[in-house]
Amino acid sequence: MPLSETTRRVAVISEPADKQHLGIALGATLMRDLNRMRRRPGDVLNPLVFYALAVSLFPMGISPEASLLAVMAPGLLWVTALLAALLSLDGLFRSDFDDGSLEQMMLCPHPLTSLAVAKVAAHWLLTGLPMALMAPVLGILLALPMNSIGVLMASLVLGSASLSLIGGIGAALTVGLPRGSVLLSLLVLPLYIPVLIFGSGAVQAAIMGDAVLPHLALLGALLAAALIFSPWAIAASLRISING
Amino acid sequence: MALCLEARQLGCERDDRWLFEGLDIDVKGGDIWRVDGPNGSGKTTLLKILAGQLADYSGTLRWQGNPLHRARAHFAANLLYLGHAPGVSAGLTPLENLAWYQALHGERGSEAQREAALSTMGLEGLEDVPAGRLSAGQQRRVALARLSLTPRALWILDEPFTAIDHAGVAALETQIAAHAQAGGAVVMTTHHTLNIAHPLCHIALG
Repeated sequence: MPLSETTRRVAVISEPADKQHLGIALGATLMRDLNRMRRRPGDVLNPLVFYALAVSLFPMGISPEASLLAVMAPGLLWVTALLAALLSLDGLFRSDFDDGSLEQMMLCPHPLTSLAVAKVAAHWLLTGLPMALMAPVLGILLALPMNSIGVLMASLVLGSASLSLIGGIGAALTVGLPRGSVLLSLLVLPLYIPVLIFGSGAVQAAIMGDAVLPHLALLGALLAAALIFSPWAIAASLRISING
Repeated sequence: MALCLEARQLGCERDDRWLFEGLDIDVKGGDIWRVDGPNGSGKTTLLKILAGQLADYSGTLRWQGNPLHRARAHFAANLLYLGHAPGVSAGLTPLENLAWYQALHGERGSEAQREAALSTMGLEGLEDVPAGRLSAGQQRRVALARLSLTPRALWILDEPFTAIDHAGVAALETQIAAHAQAGGAVVMTTHHTLNIAHPLCHIALG
C-alpha cells in the first residue's frame, strides 16, 4: 500500500450543510443547465421558432385584415405561447434522468425541492423570457395596438414563469415513461388554463382601455402559488419517477 | 466520529417476491462489503436502499445510531454513491461535470484540484472535451474521479468496474483498499474477481 495514501485518514464529517452551501449548489445547477443548453442551441430555438412560425401563420390562414386580427391577437399570442412552452417541457429532466445526474441530485445533502427550482429557473430563462421578449414583434404582426404591447410582455413574463413551474410537475411525473409527452400535455394543460385566461385577459383589457392591474395581480398570485407548491410537487414526482 | 451504518432484518419485496429478507449488515470504518448474486437478485436495489434512495423496504437502517431517514442530511454529506448510470452529463466537459458535483455538496473547489483528479484517472488532455464524445469507459472514469476529488467516508459503488480497462481496474482496486485502510468503508457490487489486499465481507443474494 502506498504510504501517502494510508497516512491520510478518512473522517466522518459532522457539520451539517448550511445556507451558504445551498447557494453554491443552486447557482451551480442553474449555470450548468444554461451552459448545457448553450451548447445545444437547437433545443432552445425549437420552441421559439415554433412560436414565431405558428403566430405568423394566423394572418395567412384567417385574414390579413388588421381590425379582425387585433381582436383575436391576445388570445392567439397567448395560446401559441402556451403550446410553445408545452413543447419545450419534455426535455426538462429527461437527460438528467437518463445519465444518472438526477440520482446524484437526490443523494446530495441539499433538498431536491430547491435544486428543482434552479432547474425550472434555467428553463424559464431560456424559453419563457425569450418568448416574452419576442412577443412585441409578433404582436405588431397581428396588428396589436401599440398601447397593449407593454402589458403583453408583462403578462407573458409573469405567466410563463407559472407555466414553467406547473409544467415541471408534469415533466417530473412523466420523465420515466418512454412516450411521456402525450401524457404530459394531458396532465399539464388543465392547470395552464387559469394562466391563459388571466394572461390574455390582461392584454384584452389593455386594448379596451380597462384596468389591467387586476389581471396582472392575479397572474402574480398564480405565480406565487406555483412557487410555493410546485417545487414540492416536482421533488415528490421525481422521487416517484426514479424509484418506480 | 467512527463510521457506522447498520441494517437490521432488511428485506425488500418486488412483484410478490422477496428479493432478500432478514439481512443484518454492519458497515464500519475499514470494511469492504461485496454484494454477490446473479442478475436480478436485488444487488442494485440493496445498494439503493443502503444509500437511502428507496423507502419501500422492511427492517431498520441506522446511521451513527440514528434512524437513516432522520439523519439524511448528515448521511448524504458522508456518502459517495456511484450508480449504474455514471451521472456524467454528455453536454458538459469532464471539468464542468466535476465542478457541478463539488457544488452539489457545497464545495467550490479549484480547477487545479479537478485537473489533478482527472489526470489520476488518466484523462489528461480530455478535460475540455464534451463528455458525450468520450467512450463509455472514459465517462465512467470521469465519475470515478470523484473518489479522489470529494473525500467521503462511505462509498457505495454499483458495478464500478463496468467498461474500465485492466490497468484502470487494478488502480481502482488499490484505491478501494487504500480507502478502507484509511478508515473509510466501501459497499460494492461487481461480477469481476476482486484482487484486493484487504479482508472482504460478503453478502450473498439470490
